[in-house]
Amino acid sequence: MLILSSLLLFILLAAARDEFQEELVIRPLHSGDIYASFQFRTLWDTDFLQEGQKVSHYRLFPKSLGQVLSKFSVRELHISFTQGFWRTMQWGQPFIPSPPGAELWVWFHDTVSDVDGNWKELTNVLSGIFCASLNFIDLTNTVQPSASFKPLGLGNATDHRFLRYATLPREIVCTENLTPWKKLLPCGSKAGLAVLMKSEKLFHSSFHSQAVHIRPICQDEQCSSKAWELRQTLNVVFDLHTSGQGKKEWSLFKMFSRTLTEACPLASSSKVYVDITDNPELFELSPATPLLGQAVVLGDRRTYSVYDLIMPTSSMVLSPCALGDMLRPLLHAERYVAGFGLQTGEIHTVIYNNHPYRAFPVLLMDSVPWYLQLYIHTLTVTSKSRDNKPSYIHYQPAKDRHRPHLLEMLIQLPPHSMTEVTVQFERALLKWTEYTPDPNHGFYVGSSVVSALVPSMVAMRTNFTQDQPLFSSFVPVKEESSYFVRVYTEPLLVNLPTPDFSMPYNVICLTCTVVAVGYGSFYNLLTRTFQVDEPSPPLSKRLANLIRRMRGVPLLT
Amino acid sequence: MAAPLTLLLIVAVTIRAVLFRSSLAELISARVEVVSPLNAWKRVVEGLALLDLGVSPYSGDVFHETPLMIYLFHFTVDYAEIVFIVSAYFVDCLSCFLKPLDRAKMAINSNYLKSDLLFNFPGCCELISWFITIIVCLCFCKFHFLCTCKYTDVRLCHQIADGITALALYLSIQTYNKDVFRKQKYALESDRYSADCLELLRSPKEMFYIPLKVAMFYLLNPFTILSCVAKSTCGLNNAIIALFIFCTLKGSALLSGILLALATYQSIYPLTLFAPALLFFLQRLYIPVNLRRSSFWFFTLQYAFMYVGSLVVITGLSFFLLGSWDFIPSVYGFIFSVPDLTPNIGLFWYFFAEMFEHFRLFFSCVFQINVFFYTIPLSIKLKEHPVFLIFMQIAIISIFKSYPTVGDVALYMAFLPAWSHLYRFLRNIFLVSCVLLACSALFPVLWHLWIYAGSANSNFYYAITLLFNFGQILLVADYFYAYLRREHHLTHGLYLKKKDGTEATLVLK
Repeated sequence: MLILSSLLLFILLAAARDEFQEELVIRPLHSGDIYASFQFRTLWDTDFLQEGQKVSHYRLFPKSLGQVLSKFSVRELHISFTQGFWRTMQWGQPFIPSPPGAELWVWFHDTVSDVDGNWKELTNVLSGIFCASLNFIDLTNTVQPSASFKPLGLGNATDHRFLRYATLPREIVCTENLTPWKKLLPCGSKAGLAVLMKSEKLFHSSFHSQAVHIRPICQDEQCSSKAWELRQTLNVVFDLHTSGQGKKEWSLFKMFSRTLTEACPLASSSKVYVDITDNPELFELSPATPLLGQAVVLGDRRTYSVYDLIMPTSSMVLSPCALGDMLRPLLHAERYVAGFGLQTGEIHTVIYNNHPYRAFPVLLMDSVPWYLQLYIHTLTVTSKSRDNKPSYIHYQPAKDRHRPHLLEMLIQLPPHSMTEVTVQFERALLKWTEYTPDPNHGFYVGSSVVSALVPSMVAMRTNFTQDQPLFSSFVPVKEESSYFVRVYTEPLLVNLPTPDFSMPYNVICLTCTVVAVGYGSFYNLLTRTFQVDEPSPPLSKRLANLIRRMRGVPLLT
Repeated sequence: MAAPLTLLLIVAVTIRAVLFRSSLAELISARVEVVSPLNAWKRVVEGLALLDLGVSPYSGDVFHETPLMIYLFHFTVDYAEIVFIVSAYFVDCLSCFLKPLDRAKMAINSNYLKSDLLFNFPGCCELISWFITIIVCLCFCKFHFLCTCKYTDVRLCHQIADGITALALYLSIQTYNKDVFRKQKYALESDRYSADCLELLRSPKEMFYIPLKVAMFYLLNPFTILSCVAKSTCGLNNAIIALFIFCTLKGSALLSGILLALATYQSIYPLTLFAPALLFFLQRLYIPVNLRRSSFWFFTLQYAFMYVGSLVVITGLSFFLLGSWDFIPSVYGFIFSVPDLTPNIGLFWYFFAEMFEHFRLFFSCVFQINVFFYTIPLSIKLKEHPVFLIFMQIAIISIFKSYPTVGDVALYMAFLPAWSHLYRFLRNIFLVSCVLLACSALFPVLWHLWIYAGSANSNFYYAITLLFNFGQILLVADYFYAYLRREHHLTHGLYLKKKDGTEATLVLK
């Protein structure tokens, strides 16, 4: 009885120590598309990294991830799988940006001695957990950015030896990645907001991105207690133009072919936000909600209609319509390859500062595979057709077959300007076994990352509140006047010269023949001497001589 | 003799200066036939840029020059004007100082002593006086074509290198010819030649223009011009090798050892030139090549010590300049393991791009050994003819090295006029020259078809490299054959008869 009661007490305690929140934000975009962003947050005030103490009782936090955290001494883990490219100029800034393909960046605890070994194992384990080809992450596509990726959680570690960053721009995201991701949720896809996630609808969209972010955070403003936060996010952009017969109408059912009925029973909060900032009069929400919320996110104050799923109402069927204008993104970047032919080329990265009067610095990070040999002396940065010398350059040249190029720059963007960064490269001819199965498709180069503190038009909230909506609390805000933005450019597709894949035997034979001709002619001249050519006597004479020799008679000449 | 050579230098420098100024320079410096990953000027600039950024140039895989080279360029680019003025003044002063000395040397040349051999610079004065000519030509050009580019003065560097190579070759061949003529005279006097080979003997009249032809073959060879205009550091390596040949033929063992060490340090392969140089010195000092003779071992060890000693000093110096040994794998490892498969005119790139992974090591050993493999047999066969052996070795290096460029080909081709007396014994010179000419024309065509037009593939370009190397091998083998045959005729007579008195044919058996 005592044991049972203590067990009950333990469970109650444990229940008090972790919590789960879920949230869905729906924002009609200026282009007519609908942006739906799911966020699921699990908070647990345990310590995975404590020496000697093994965490073995899991409730809401997924055990598979908890074990990974403690085994590899991970301090912060961010992984995202994205299909499609986020169009910043049409859609505005996403809540949590991600590059096309898979992206993984991990801060290890500073007690780890063999970071590369841990990283290798971790990518293999994660590859199993998410059914993705993360095992293709190795030293040739891993970099250690010195400034672009700072820890988002507790602790301001600056020693980038413990940071690893890798992208797989070619990764294709599909159902097999979504299923294990859903399994990490406490309710799975059985209840709560996750019932909306049906892959046949989610992947029939313009953009799909799912991510897992794990980090230690403070539980209150004084930071008296720490907790681990697991944030699972899923962002989708639905193109309702093609499926909605041209009307600017949408509903949950149209988007997800499901409706919401109840919250996840394990969730402490479960809310749906509908962004009605742009044109409140034009919006017609049904069922209507009396609750209106305001949040400042990404330098923009926005109004939301809030639906709380915990207070049971009738089943949710949202079907509003109409759209308004959007705030032009202040920071925006794009990238392309210039040049023709398969010998050289030039990477152009164009960064736009759309702020009318403020200049601000941005950090540009480029990780380029070794088979494009960058020439750093050809690097030019021009803004407003004038040379704009970066104030900080961190360049690590590539080592063939071992390490990619890493180029990080701090560039000051003048107000209302376009800054162009160009660097020339040379395409390498690879060994025939190093090409992908479809070599003439080309090779992908991961997105470059632009990180910046963008001056905000409205005051950002720096105070810490628990009841802040999840989407506005991901990146900690340090000062009121600016907010952090990360922009990913397009990945590049670069063609390399190819050898003829059907030729290995022929090439080996032909080249060796030429070498043998060289060897043969030299050998001939070295070992033989010049002699007068005496024609050999005819056969009859030779036979006669043979007989004569046996007889002991003088030979014929 | 001075006037035509000066004229030649001026013509050569003008051609280069005009090409440097034209838009072709950009195009040429990107050609894979002209520059290789080892000597591309773009990579040198990249190395300098990395140095400026505070990154070791060897931390990446773009820069593969030796440390001395990069610091030389670092210095030249930064202090170009000063270097230029100072060197001009220095050379001027030196020449004023050396001219009388030179005369004095000439005067005592008649009772010139053997002990003088090791530290003897008879030719240096001559070389330096020519050096002034180059500088004057360049000054002339510099004022004519004032450029504002940062790396302008590096162009001068490359032009000077070409000029030095041509001069060194000119003077070496001049010395060699004197030598040959002297030996021929002795042989005739001692009746070692057979009676009917008079028409094989060389007359001073026909030998007179050979040094000039050699210089012309080097300076006006399109391959050299391309290489110079592309600012390939191959020209500098050629200059070092040419100076080495010059010092060897002039009989200065110390300078020869130092320059050979420098050449080896630059690109490993000239290591094989040790054997011909040693043979030459032994011959010059009348030391027979006999393993049981102590004098043979004494001199060999002496020369080897000079060579290895300067190699150690140079390597140590680059270690102290750089502060690490990073350059060893990045320069020599890069040469031996051939990780960069960028197409070039050699045999390596496509072969190793198409190689099965588990045979890679085996075949890289087999291919690299080709350069070193022929040294000993050739030295045995040609031990009486070290200068021809030098030619053979340079040719073999340029055929079988891992990243050959046309600049390497140009160096051994410059020697061809020196063997003009072999012409009557060459078997397929017409075919070979056609092949080489056709290949040189087809390189850019097929490259364009593969890389830019996309209408051909790598096999087309590969076929041409194969043919080009085949042609080179035939050329070298042909000259080797002709040389051996002429030697045979000199001792056995030109018109050989069979036993029955009819005309005989000569075969290799």
